[in-house]
Amino acid sequence: MSKIKKTFASYDAAPENTSHIDLKAQYDLFINGKFVKPQSKQYYDTINPATEKKIASIAKGNEKDIDVAVKSANKAFESWSKTEPKERAKYIYRIARMIQERAREFAVIETMNGGKPIRESRDIDIPLAANHFFYYAGWADKLDYAFPNRKPKPVGVVGQIIPWNFPLLMAAWKLAPALATGNTVVLKPAESTPLTALKLAEIIQESGLPDGVVQIVTGFGDAGAALVNHPLVNKIAFTGSTEVGKYIQKAVAGSNKKVTLELGGKAANIIFDDAPIDQALEGIVNGIFFNQGHVCCAGSRLFVQENIADKVIQKLKDRMKTLIIGDPMDKNTDIGAINSKEQLLKINNYIKIGLAEGAEMYQTNCALPSQGYFCKPTLFLHTAQSHRIVQEEIFGPVLTIQTFRTIEEVIEKANNIPYGLSAGVWTDKGSKIFNLTTKLRAGVVWANTYNKFDPTSPFGGYQESGFGREGGVHGLLPYVHF
Amino acid sequence: MEILKTYKLFIGGAFPRTESGRYYKLENKQKQVIANMCLSSRKDFRNAVVAARKAVEGWSGRAAFNRGQILYRIAEILEGRKAQFVAELLLQGSTKSSAEKEVRLAIDRCVYYSGWCDKYQQLFGSVNPVATSHFNFSVPEPTGVVCVIADENTSLLGLISAILPIIVGGNTCVVLASESKPLCSITFAEVLATSDLAAGVVNILTGTSKELHTHFASHMDVNAIIYCRENAAEIKAIAELSSMNVKRSFVWNKDWFKAENENPYLIMDVQEIKTTWHPIENIGVSGAKY
Amino acid sequence: MVLQIQSPTIDQVGVEERVARLMTRSIKKESKLEGLKLALNMIDLTTLEGKDTVGKVKQMCYKAQHLADDIAGLPTVAAVCVYVNHVKTAKRALVNSGIKIASVATAFPSGNSSRKVKIEETKMAVANGADEVDMVISRGEFLQGNYNFVFDEIAAIKEACGPARLKVILETGELSTLDNVRKASDIAIHAGADFIKTSTGKIQPAATMPVTLVMLQAIKDHYDATGIMIGMKPAGGISTSKSALNYLVMLYETLGEKWMSNEWFRFGASSLANDIILQLGKEKYGAYYSMNYISKD
Repeated sequence: MSKIKKTFASYDAAPENTSHIDLKAQYDLFINGKFVKPQSKQYYDTINPATEKKIASIAKGNEKDIDVAVKSANKAFESWSKTEPKERAKYIYRIARMIQERAREFAVIETMNGGKPIRESRDIDIPLAANHFFYYAGWADKLDYAFPNRKPKPVGVVGQIIPWNFPLLMAAWKLAPALATGNTVVLKPAESTPLTALKLAEIIQESGLPDGVVQIVTGFGDAGAALVNHPLVNKIAFTGSTEVGKYIQKAVAGSNKKVTLELGGKAANIIFDDAPIDQALEGIVNGIFFNQGHVCCAGSRLFVQENIADKVIQKLKDRMKTLIIGDPMDKNTDIGAINSKEQLLKINNYIKIGLAEGAEMYQTNCALPSQGYFCKPTLFLHTAQSHRIVQEEIFGPVLTIQTFRTIEEVIEKANNIPYGLSAGVWTDKGSKIFNLTTKLRAGVVWANTYNKFDPTSPFGGYQESGFGREGGVHGLLPYVHF
Repeated sequence: MEILKTYKLFIGGAFPRTESGRYYKLENKQKQVIANMCLSSRKDFRNAVVAARKAVEGWSGRAAFNRGQILYRIAEILEGRKAQFVAELLLQGSTKSSAEKEVRLAIDRCVYYSGWCDKYQQLFGSVNPVATSHFNFSVPEPTGVVCVIADENTSLLGLISAILPIIVGGNTCVVLASESKPLCSITFAEVLATSDLAAGVVNILTGTSKELHTHFASHMDVNAIIYCRENAAEIKAIAELSSMNVKRSFVWNKDWFKAENENPYLIMDVQEIKTTWHPIENIGVSGAKY
Repeated sequence: MVLQIQSPTIDQVGVEERVARLMTRSIKKESKLEGLKLALNMIDLTTLEGKDTVGKVKQMCYKAQHLADDIAGLPTVAAVCVYVNHVKTAKRALVNSGIKIASVATAFPSGNSSRKVKIEETKMAVANGADEVDMVISRGEFLQGNYNFVFDEIAAIKEACGPARLKVILETGELSTLDNVRKASDIAIHAGADFIKTSTGKIQPAATMPVTLVMLQAIKDHYDATGIMIGMKPAGGISTSKSALNYLVMLYETLGEKWMSNEWFRFGASSLANDIILQLGKEKYGAYYSMNYISKD
């Protein structure tokens, strides 16, 4: 009988089938409906962070490529903005369907390139991306109903810069509303995760979307800066760090460019003693370990009411022992690879800071793969507002835990940061939920749940977490003017 | 012998002089001194922000209906002091007919926005039909403390037209009045002081944008800034400095006499959309009883 | 006593999400094979019908000992589960087999009778040779809020069981909410249950994963607080190998390895065994197997 127990408990490897993946050795820029070589003739390697091995060569787009791309978009805007809204919708619907048809391929590539568990790319990233196109496709011919007493018009050429944590999903969040409202786009994927955006470019090409409506230009920060500063760009949509967001806000000053920024966060996840504890526990785990903690809305500051703190922390430690860390392509993996070496160094540095600040660290004694960038899920107990690990966004699987006594105290501490993206509240009492959800300064508040996303649900921050919303009817506003 | 009015600042419900002790002379077309206006300093501005911040919780926490009542009350008091505002506008160079029109419009605008207090949420909020078993809704909430550099060309209408959409939505504000036509701003402050508006919800400074705009834009405890003038260099400087704390920055350089420039989209400029999720038992995809 | 039991609230949607996530575990190769054998070994092979006869019970007892003799290395089931009047038959049929005999009692399945009758029936089951007694709680009393009544009844039956292990059936399909499932679990555990069990199999829904998860969490909380292990038995509605593996994953990730044996976990099922054999047959013969090669007792 003991043999039975051991073999079952360790779950044999269950790798996702990768044989049906069609990847090229080299990817060019997608401009004006065609894949073109970068003017610099330079390429860089994109790697699999779980193996540190090269996957493909990616074109290094620069200022000149951006210029060509923006001009293509500008030219295409003439006819695309005048295309019948019903026709516009059809193109977007078609893209949505094509993503669904090739969902498994997208999921595998997303996991290969970004390190996130296949379970998440398969069940969350890719379906949500397709759904986002579906949702906004339907808005294309209904825009006059979205803004009372106004006739919305597209803004023109939109420059979009997206991060590496949800590569395809963020591309969908950006492209779908922009296209539905009649804009043309130049999108720059994150340098470390360009592959699914480039696969999306293939789909866009196949879909028959008119040339120049969408360009996808891979490259580094200089390409992003060129996009932000290009005079023919009418709007910038950016998701990424607060630091870069501030740079963009400053760069476009005085230019009449519209801007939306979806930036960093340091969300409070608050557990009261009357919470559904076991479900709250899942909310804590999902809040901080989802996507290795590479989530701007991650519930990275846990606040537990003092009278249940010991119990919750013990349960959390037990639960963490069941998390499976390792090969992201294994269908049983809960926590995959850290997206890049730089990010792993950053996280490890914060862990050092936490230890130096005197917080008590807890990690499970799980083995990490010898290759690739991995980080153990980490708790810091007995932390205080004044700790840097409590104040600064770590963007990794690191949770700080503080206790609290009263509602007033926890609201004050939860709001005591410059960010304001998201928050979580766990209590069985309805009126207490509304008290907190009203007073927490955050754009998304999850009550008795966490890290939920939907195309119909507006997402975005207060304060230094940015401005503008993505998703829902509110997600149209950044892409129109009256 | 006529007693001349001393124009002071309006901060936290009180009428202090500028802490700097400085003033500037306001003259009429005939170069006669009408009043000595406070030349507000950076420190006055800081004090005003402190007062405005303190007032946010109470003002945003009031029932929307109650905010509407208070704004309507302001219109009533304005109506009663119409003659005084007209007189001040005349002093500052308006013709009689334009002065009367400006005051009329200002009062009407106040009534207009008082009605929005409990309605814009219904137009701009939403219930979102998410695919999972959750109830999901989005509501507008005030951004917080908003700074305004008010219209230079009008003394009352521009000032009121900027203040109202801000406070309708539960924000508090610090406003720099027109430099060349500041009189009505302080008289309007007297209206506010005798209304039921809590101290600190509106704070009014007089002085120069040249001196203050960078401080307005760089203050880290200000959530949004609205600039109602046309100086391109100031617009750029404000937008740049706003990035220090991702301040929401808007230019409302508008002709406030036009009806189209009173609308709820101005209210929404200084609102944040908050989305709330909560599970629902036993609906939709959750299917089985449990 | 009951007043001191503080049951946490349960969020149903959160429970369903956790279950959905557990169900995405992919159990392959060796772990699948061993998991299936373990599941087989956890089965309480059950017949609880009005038309049960001596012949039917004997046939089932034979099946319990010879699940599929052509497949080497198969374990037996954990127990057979019958009505009180068939306990003696089963006892004779299972002599020296190591297979336990479980008897339902306490006016199964409704539980609507006097305490005196219930105690007598329990004593009779044990006297006839039952190793385990599967009782039902009084759902009517529970839903009326008479928690003390429910508690006292369980305690009285436990006393009547003597050396036999007591499984307490909550009949979760009649409890309406997961909050009630949790409360009933806590009452049963504190009143002396050795096992808590979801269902009689006579009411729909019978065992579900969300209900079982809530009960497992009650067991975990009790263990964390007292160090005392309580067993778990989902019963009714679990008929496929895949489903059994899902339950084992949930058991393992909620309570850990200590509970991974038939001493602490059972499946109340009549057709699950054959589906597992179907799967194991496939593993053995390398091709999809047919029910024609498996006995249907």
